[in-house]
Amino acid sequence: MLTSLFPNVDWEKMWEATYETLYMTTISTVITFILGLVIGILLFLSSPNQLWANKLVNFLTGSIVNIFRSIPFIVLIILLIPFTKFLLGTIRGADAALPALIIGAAPFYARMVLISLREIDKGVIEAARSMGAKTSTIIWKVLIPESLPALISGLTVTAVALVGYTAMAGIIGAGGLGNLAFLDGFQRNRQDVTLMATILILIVVFIIQWIGDFITAKTDKR
Amino acid sequence: MIQLQNITKKYKTSNGELTAVKDVNLSINKGEIYGIIGYSGAGKSTMIRLLNGLEKPTSGTVTVNNQEFSSIKGQKLRNARQKVSMIFQHFNLLWSRTVAENIAFPLEIAGVPKAKREARVKELITLVGLDGRSKAYPSQLSGGQKQRVGIARALANNPEVLLCDEATSALDPETTDAILDLLVDINERLGLTIVLITHEMHVIRKICHRVAVMEAGEIVERGEVLQVFQAPQADITKKFVSQITDTKETQETVTQIKENYPNGQLVKLIFVGEKTEQPVISHLVKQCDVEVSIVHGNISQTKNGAYGTLIVQIEGSESNIAAALSYLHTVEVQTEVIANAN
Repeated sequence: MLTSLFPNVDWEKMWEATYETLYMTTISTVITFILGLVIGILLFLSSPNQLWANKLVNFLTGSIVNIFRSIPFIVLIILLIPFTKFLLGTIRGADAALPALIIGAAPFYARMVLISLREIDKGVIEAARSMGAKTSTIIWKVLIPESLPALISGLTVTAVALVGYTAMAGIIGAGGLGNLAFLDGFQRNRQDVTLMATILILIVVFIIQWIGDFITAKTDKR
Repeated sequence: MIQLQNITKKYKTSNGELTAVKDVNLSINKGEIYGIIGYSGAGKSTMIRLLNGLEKPTSGTVTVNNQEFSSIKGQKLRNARQKVSMIFQHFNLLWSRTVAENIAFPLEIAGVPKAKREARVKELITLVGLDGRSKAYPSQLSGGQKQRVGIARALANNPEVLLCDEATSALDPETTDAILDLLVDINERLGLTIVLITHEMHVIRKICHRVAVMEAGEIVERGEVLQVFQAPQADITKKFVSQITDTKETQETVTQIKENYPNGQLVKLIFVGEKTEQPVISHLVKQCDVEVSIVHGNISQTKNGAYGTLIVQIEGSESNIAAALSYLHTVEVQTEVIANAN
């Protein structure tokens, strides 16, 4: 039945593209999480009245985040072509999409980390300081655990955005469902291929959202 | 145990400089429960944070438990803080941790090994009366229970000093009393020095040995609690004392009493300390040949004696009433004539 509904779909190609999408999304989400968390914590701690209050560091970090967050992703990919070529020696394939995906998403996630950390009750940080906690202890045992549900729901939003970014990265030949929909579906005028690719992207997005919501609820003890 | 010398703390704000604490000198003894009372903005929050280095004074020295908190930094300050712990108005527990894990937090900071940590947490849970709740999350606890966790957490590293930042202000009266009893119990059993800040005279009356009254960054009055109750000097102190004695209810009662007892003389007697236990009234009746009716009474227990007021109506011949009043002066009961019979 599937074959009659989607006569032009090459299933092997479709699964391969799905795998590439999942690969790009997973790797870039993991690295975005780490990088965004580091930048977000730096932004938080360097802001006024915080533990590392430092106007210069705060201004510089904030500016970099804002600049990269403002560049449209499709433009960012093109701007990063020389960088990617230098880093990986090629601009084709799933790996070649990763630098652009991470550099596009990490500043976005860093902002969400900052918002999550600002939601933490100041008193809890003060209590930890009054117990003689080091800043590293405060980061690992107060900041991250106390904002975990927000950090995870922010990551879910970022991961869903990254699925969209992988589709755009497909245009420059990164592979994945976006690439397939564009080359096989749009350019060859095979609507069924575009539709199937869309359905698979939706399924990926729903699964990410479901996992994210589940973990968020699980970690929230408030 | 605690010495503050010439402490001034200024903050820079957008509208210029703000002096939160102005040239304060204070000395608190070991094992004492010392209260600092003041309205919000009086500088008491800053004062208590100077005692564990959360705030640094602009000038002056702070010495607590032989550590000069005004100058030490880094690891030395962090180690010193483990012996000067703090509890808070809003408890400031980690919601992501259970009761047991919250209490274990300061022990983790101090680097206590896991087995020892668990044993100590068990001990503390029993001490503050939270048996059976160790696996609960803060969101599942009542306000009083949360403060008990806060107290257990503060006691984990066997501190020498406990700082209480409005520790009962977010609790209902009954829970407040239970928490105050717990603090007294800890003070007596562990010999802990307790410094508390509050805006409720009730808290001072109930557990403090000595009190300092703060207004606009300065200590305007200080002394033994009973002595301050007996003879408040500053206007603000009088206001705080009247929080307990002249409640609105009492004032209304006095007006009503004047209407209901038009005869004789209405006298307000103020008892302090041991005088409350003397049979003053029966002496009055026997020796002065007057009729005494008690129309209103109120006795509060403080840490070093009772403090009370009694309003009585004295009836009899003029000379007898005069004799009665002079008798009251000889027993050192403060008297205040409210209204004369018309």
